[in-house]
Amino acid sequence: MTKQERIDNLLRLSGTDVKKCMKCGKCSGRCPAFNEMDIKPHQFVSLLAQGKIEILLGSDAIWNCLSCMACVERCPRGVAPAAVVEAVRDTVVRAQGKNGLKAEDIPQIVDEFIPQQLLVSAYRKYNK
Amino acid sequence: MQRIGVFICWCGSNIAATVDVKKVAETIKAEPGVVYSENYQYMCSENGQQLIKNAIKEHNLTAIVVGACSPRMHEATFRKAAEAAGLNPYMVEIANIREHCSWIHKDMDEATEKAVVLVRTAIAKVKLNAPLMSGESPVVKRALVIGGGIAGIQAALDIADAGFEVDIVEKNATIGGRMAQLDKTFPTLDCSACILTPKMVDCAQHEKIDILSYSEVEEVKGFVGNFNVKIRRKARYVDETKCTGCKICMEKCPSKKGLNDFNMGLNTRPAIYIPFAQAIPNVAVIDPEQCIKMKTGKCGICQKFCGVGAIDYTQKDEFIDRQYGAIVVATGFKPIALDNFNEYGYADNKDVITSLELERLMNAAGPSDGVLVRPSDGKHPKVITFIQCVGSRDTSGCGKPYCSKICCMYTAKHAMLIREKYPDTEVHVFYIDVRTPGKNYDEFYRRAAEQYGVDYIKGMVGKVYNVNGKLMVQGSNLIDNEQITIESDLVVLATAIEPEPSVRKIATLLTASIDTNNFLTESHAKLRPVESPTAGVYLAGVCQGPKDIPETVSQASACAAKVIGLLVKDKLKTNACVATPDEMMCNGCSQCANVCAYGAITYVEKEFRLGGGKTEVRRVVSVNPAVCQGCGACTVTCPSGAMDLKGFSSKQIMSEVEAICKM
Repeated sequence: MTKQERIDNLLRLSGTDVKKCMKCGKCSGRCPAFNEMDIKPHQFVSLLAQGKIEILLGSDAIWNCLSCMACVERCPRGVAPAAVVEAVRDTVVRAQGKNGLKAEDIPQIVDEFIPQQLLVSAYRKYNK
Repeated sequence: MQRIGVFICWCGSNIAATVDVKKVAETIKAEPGVVYSENYQYMCSENGQQLIKNAIKEHNLTAIVVGACSPRMHEATFRKAAEAAGLNPYMVEIANIREHCSWIHKDMDEATEKAVVLVRTAIAKVKLNAPLMSGESPVVKRALVIGGGIAGIQAALDIADAGFEVDIVEKNATIGGRMAQLDKTFPTLDCSACILTPKMVDCAQHEKIDILSYSEVEEVKGFVGNFNVKIRRKARYVDETKCTGCKICMEKCPSKKGLNDFNMGLNTRPAIYIPFAQAIPNVAVIDPEQCIKMKTGKCGICQKFCGVGAIDYTQKDEFIDRQYGAIVVATGFKPIALDNFNEYGYADNKDVITSLELERLMNAAGPSDGVLVRPSDGKHPKVITFIQCVGSRDTSGCGKPYCSKICCMYTAKHAMLIREKYPDTEVHVFYIDVRTPGKNYDEFYRRAAEQYGVDYIKGMVGKVYNVNGKLMVQGSNLIDNEQITIESDLVVLATAIEPEPSVRKIATLLTASIDTNNFLTESHAKLRPVESPTAGVYLAGVCQGPKDIPETVSQASACAAKVIGLLVKDKLKTNACVATPDEMMCNGCSQCANVCAYGAITYVEKEFRLGGGKTEVRRVVSVNPAVCQGCGACTVTCPSGAMDLKGFSSKQIMSEVEAICKM
């Protein structure tokens, strides 16, 4: 894969339009795991928009993000920083030949009150 | 048979880059009826118009089609040119091959084919055009201003100074609007009341201005030059002609727990009240929901004490009808509700306030007599944190997508005034961008940061929470890539502004267009910024878009200039494209009269001959051509097809549709 293809892949996986970010920093202002993250929520959006994906793929923050979605909830522009974190995490996990989540486990753990993405990211993190 | 001339404009490269204009002109030559076809670089230029005039004369043209930009742009230009060459101006049709074709297509072949179809369509119509004549209508030399804030006041004063009668209709008990609530004004920091109240007094004393306070517009009929407006004068339960504004009623009223709207609900007022000391008119009003006498029938204390017998608990709403030549809309704004922003804790913490509430807290005539105190405990706040863009620039659906424009400047003002008056106070401002374009504006903001030591933090607040009475403001500091928490005593939210909600009703009454954010739409964003697309309706102040006081005053004066320009005319040319009924087909059902927004349709009893010497009296429609605006609502409503529109007859429209379908 060329670098551009890897960037495009991350953009597609995240499913969010990083160009809509107006750099207000409200995501990082709200993030409860801010101090645990080497790369901050707003930087995930900004670095992906600039195509600087090596920094993201090498970050520890993908394992410290709680996937609480507070950043998504508070973003005034409808951008989803947590979705970018998840896209990076997914890419890293797949590169290791793993996926973490077993399809047959899903029905037992699905709870209508849990955001689906939280479930997915939790499995990626804790089954690594 | 018409002798038709076709003129295809390049509009420089606007059309010619996407449409093969020469090919269009050439192809169209083969159309039946077309005796002349030409293309030119700028048909609207002096030379282009001359080309049209010459062709009309040389080829004895009886009708012309111009393939160019939207008729909204240059229809009038080409009609004038045709008229100068001796052609009736209504024998001109425009084929819009720019907005409807070249600007929306990329492929030249496709666009060229479409341009040919659009020109053919216009030819099909123009073949059925008939010469039309416009009439004249008189102009009522009186203006209506809806809204008595600074925009309405300025517009009214300027119109009245030119010698025309003006009525200001204000829904509140006093004029003055939002500006009356402000403490100081940027960028010069002069006191708002000191510069506004003299203008309010000027309005009250001006012999040409009639202030109808505590009144609302209920119904608007008619059209430019001849609006008929019904105004509701709400019952204030106090005789405006008798009340002297002595305030004895306010002192004696036992029901003192009403929320004081003028102070943004930060304190209370009696059931009978004058909104503020310099109110115009200086006349009390009773809140019937709060008045003990009106709720229970027992009390009447204010009536007993009123020395001039002004109190009248039985007063009812009254309606008055007035005629106007022009209407200025100046309905203003309000801060948005903060229900969607619970992260800032506005609903849960008394010490989280909006900027307009801070204006009242800092105002000498406000609830704390100008001493800045915390609403919760009345103590002086030592650490104050401002949050900008609360609800502005928000496309998530919680707030407003636009920039409210005034917040950066008033926040700098607040920060500066606090640091000036209370140097022991720490002031922080969270901002996304500081937007301060304008004369002496950026200098003003920098003064706050550089001379007054206001701490500007690039970043946004994520949450505000209360720990033992301290407001913890957690946000990002993007420059230092940190998340910080500021322990604050007072949090001020620079809340987004939105048009006063009643503007929707006004817009409907006036058939004035309004955008998705409830701002009234101007006729042209750059070249007709104070005119509504509805003739005779003008826009001033925030009802048209966010703006500060200097801009509002400029726009209000611009409105006044437009109104004066209209009112000095004795007669206006009326629209020639008016509805015309076929009496023989009319069944007298009145549906057209019901949909007519201009009151142009009435019904008459008329005698018809049936043959054999017999006659019959039938109820049939009659259109007043001076009032009809040619909107066509009646023509599509008529169930029997009796109504037609001159210049846009059903036949003409159907022949256009046929021409499009033929391709």
